[in-house]
Amino acid sequence: MPEPTIATRRTGAGRVIVALYALFTVAAGSRAAVQIATRFHEAPLAYALSAFSAVVYALATVVMARSGRTSYRIAVVACSVELAGVLAVGTASVVDPAAFPDATVWSGYGMGYLFVPLVLPVAGLLWLRHVRRGSHGVSPAAAARSGPGRGRAGRRE
Amino acid sequence: MNAAFSTVMEFAPLAAALFCLVTLVLNKPMNGVHLAAVALVELGLLAFVVLAIVRLATGGHPAGGLLTFVFYLVGSPLVLPVAVVWGLMDRSRWSSAVVGVACLVVPVLIVRMNQVWSGA
Repeated sequence: MPEPTIATRRTGAGRVIVALYALFTVAAGSRAAVQIATRFHEAPLAYALSAFSAVVYALATVVMARSGRTSYRIAVVACSVELAGVLAVGTASVVDPAAFPDATVWSGYGMGYLFVPLVLPVAGLLWLRHVRRGSHGVSPAAAARSGPGRGRAGRRE
Repeated sequence: MNAAFSTVMEFAPLAAALFCLVTLVLNKPMNGVHLAAVALVELGLLAFVVLAIVRLATGGHPAGGLLTFVFYLVGSPLVLPVAVVWGLMDRSRWSSAVVGVACLVVPVLIVRMNQVWSGA
């Protein structure tokens, strides 16, 4: 893949966030792969959720690391879905533990992963907002792509 | 798995992570000291993996599941090299942070591998 633009989201603290997303993609993905391959029938809901979280993490990793507006929007959606997921699954696993005979990444609000799954989407969304506000500037290529008249107030899409 | 070696492999990366935290706070990018520390931890990790493979080859069986254990054996040695490459692409203080986070992951991997081996 050629270096498309000067990546604003991939610099600074964003690098740590992307690294954490990559880590959780591997963690959730491996867990889901093993669970589904060896004992899917035991806890289909938990294992399907593991797989779903892995997909969300993978998507977030890619779009957080990319520049461009479409990636930005997908990143916001991915982080939001992830936050909703960890809150919903976390609450469900506390309220009805019987429904989760085996843990997922999001069980107990990510307790088994030192609550990183809970902190990560919040950090991701804060970082995306920080980048959006342009304290790191807009990359020339991104500015050129979006054309003239690009302003925060006038943005519609 | 060897308890003493596991303990070393749980605390040595923490020391490396602490150093990364200090350089992050001091606004310093990754340097030769980071690389040396990471290389040492990686060597230890590789030794751990080799020992685990020897155990497997000599009839040992991870009580927590062979497939899970193999995933850990394959994945563990990749964490630090990938983090170093990813960190080196941005020579700011955050390269220290990336490597520090990777160092924090190593003790978790060691603990998990021991858990999977003993079936805890």
